[in-house]
Amino acid sequence: MTSLPSLPTPKKLGLVIDLDTCVGCHACVVSCKEWNTGGYGSALSDQDPYGADVSGAWLNRVHSFEVVPEGGEVVGEAGQARIVHFPKSCLHCEDAPCVTVCPTGASYKRSADGIVLVDEDKCIGCGLCAWACPYGAREMDLAAGVMKKCTLCIDRIYNETLEEVDRVPSCVRTCPANARHFGDLGDPNSAVSILVAERGGMDLMPEQGTKPVNKYLPPRPRKSLAESAHTLPLAENTEGAKGFFAWLDGMLDRI
Amino acid sequence: MHPAFSIIIFTTLSGLGYGLAGVLGLDLLDPAATATKCAHALALALISVGLLSSAGHLGNPQRAWRAFSQWRSSWLSREGVMSIITFVPLLVSAWASIAEGRYLALPGFLGAVLCAVTVYCTSMIYASLKSVQAWHTPLTPVCYLLFAAAGGFVLASVFAFAGGGNTRVLPLLAIVFLVAAWATKLRWRKRMKDLVPLSTPESATGLGNIGRVRLFERPHVTENYLTREMGFKVARKHAEKLWRIALVAGGVVPAVLLLALAALGGQGTLPVTIASLAALAHWAGVFVERWLFFAEARHSVMNYYGG
Ligand code: SF4
Ligand code: SF4
Ligand code: SF4
Repeated sequence: MTSLPSLPTPKKLGLVIDLDTCVGCHACVVSCKEWNTGGYGSALSDQDPYGADVSGAWLNRVHSFEVVPEGGEVVGEAGQARIVHFPKSCLHCEDAPCVTVCPTGASYKRSADGIVLVDEDKCIGCGLCAWACPYGAREMDLAAGVMKKCTLCIDRIYNETLEEVDRVPSCVRTCPANARHFGDLGDPNSAVSILVAERGGMDLMPEQGTKPVNKYLPPRPRKSLAESAHTLPLAENTEGAKGFFAWLDGMLDRI
Repeated sequence: MHPAFSIIIFTTLSGLGYGLAGVLGLDLLDPAATATKCAHALALALISVGLLSSAGHLGNPQRAWRAFSQWRSSWLSREGVMSIITFVPLLVSAWASIAEGRYLALPGFLGAVLCAVTVYCTSMIYASLKSVQAWHTPLTPVCYLLFAAAGGFVLASVFAFAGGGNTRVLPLLAIVFLVAAWATKLRWRKRMKDLVPLSTPESATGLGNIGRVRLFERPHVTENYLTREMGFKVARKHAEKLWRIALVAGGVVPAVLLLALAALGGQGTLPVTIASLAALAHWAGVFVERWLFFAEARHSVMNYYGG
C-alpha cells in the first residue's frame, strides 16, 4: 500500500550523520554495498564491473563539497574555505514522495518504525520513485530491474542471531570516525535525539516538504591556522617546564 | 531529465489518440462515413501503441498489472486504471460506427470525458513531482490537455477532408486549439526560465550558513543511474533552436496549411494529402516539444552533482 501511514509512526528509526567528523573514507559506502548485496532482496549488481565504464547500484554515496565563506578563498590557498565530506543515503522521510507515487504498492513506509522499503517482488522498475525523491537516494538495479534503496539494514537491526553490538546498520558499525549514528529519532530521550539537539542537527532540503527522519550534524566552526598557532609548542622555548622536564632542562643547560 | 524515447512516444501518440477519440465522441464526424470508421481505428491504434510503448521502459514489464492497484495515491496508477476504463466507451463507440454506422451519445460523450481525464492523469505524473520544479505547475496539465485537443482536431480534419465531416469547422477548431496549446506552452516555458531554484547546493547540504557550496568531488568517477536518468543536459543554443523547430513544425505549419484548406473548402485526395502533412508536421513538432520537456527539466538531485 503506497499511502503513507495515517498516524505518525511511534518510532522513527534513522541515522544521524556527523559532517564534522566524517573523513570521507568511503568505508560506509563499501560496507553498505557488501552487506546489502547478500542481504535483503536481489544482489546489488554492477554493470561492466571490471571495465572502463563501470557503474552499479549503491545505497550510500559520499560526495565532497567545498564551502567558501563570504570573502573566503578557495582551498589550497590557505583561506577560510573548507572541504566537507557528505555521506548520503535514504533519509526515511516522514512525508516520503517516493512512496505515494509508486503505482504498484512496492514502495512503502512501515507504520511501526517508519523505515521506507521496496518490496522487490512487486516492483515493476518504472523508476518513478527515483524521480520523486529529491535527494537521489534510490538507484535502479539494472540486472534485476527493480528499485534499490537503503533498507536501514533491516536485516541487521532486528537480527537476534547477531551480537547486540552488531545490531546496527552496517555503515554505522563500520565508520572508523564514528560519524554515523543509528537510533530512534521519534524518542526525544534517545542518544541520537540528544545528539541532534546538542549539535543543532538539520534537515536536508526542508523546502521540499519531505520531513526527513535522518539528520545531519553541521561541521563545528573552524579556527584559522593563525588562531591556533600559539598553542603549538615552540622548539626554542622551555619556559614553564615543570618536574622532570624542568630538572632535565636545567641539567642540559649546565653541560 | 533523460528524454527516454519510449516515454516520448507514449505521451505523444497516446495524446494524439485520446484527442482524436475525444473529437469522435463529440459527434463531429459523420459516423457512417468510411473515413470516420478509419478514424476510430486510428485513435484506438495510437492509444494502444502509446500505452505499449510506455511499458517498454519498465524493468519488469511482466508485473505491469500491479500498477493498477495504487490509484488512491499514485498518478501513474490512476493513469493506468483510467486508460483501461476509457477503452470501454471508446470500443463501444468504435463498434457502433464501424459495424452499424451509428453515433451513440452516451458512450461518445463519456468516452470524450474519460479521454480528457486520462490525459490529465498522464500529465499529473509529471506535474506532481516537486523534485522537478519545471514540471510542478498547473500549466503542465493544461499544456498536455490542449496539445491532445489540438492533435485530435488536426487528425479529425484529415478525416473530414476524406469525406467524414465538415471541412470548415474542424480545421478552424484545430487552429483554435493549436494557438491555445502553443500559447500556453510559451507561458510554461517562460515560467521555467524565470524559475528561482527551490533547492540549491546550500539547502541540499545544509551548509549554506557557512558559505557558498560547490561540488569538490563526485562520489563516483563514471556515470551512474542518477546522473544518466536525471543529469541530462542540453546546450542552451540547441534548446533554443529545437524550441523554434517545435513551434514551427508543430504549430505554424499545420495552422497555415489547415487555414488554407479551410478557405478553399472541398474534399478529395489533394486536401487529404495536405492535411495529412499538417498532421505529421504537428506530431513531429510535439515530439520535439516533448523531448525538450524532459531534456530541459532540472531535477533537485543535481544540487549534489554540481549541475
Ligand atoms: S530520501 Fe528519498 S527515497 Fe528516502 S524516503 Fe526520502 S524521498 Fe524516499
Ligand atoms: S520503480 Fe518500483 S518501487 Fe519505484 S515507483 Fe516503480 S514500482 Fe514503485
Ligand atoms: S543503513 Fe544499511 S542500507 Fe542504509 S546506508 Fe547504511 S549500510 Fe546502507
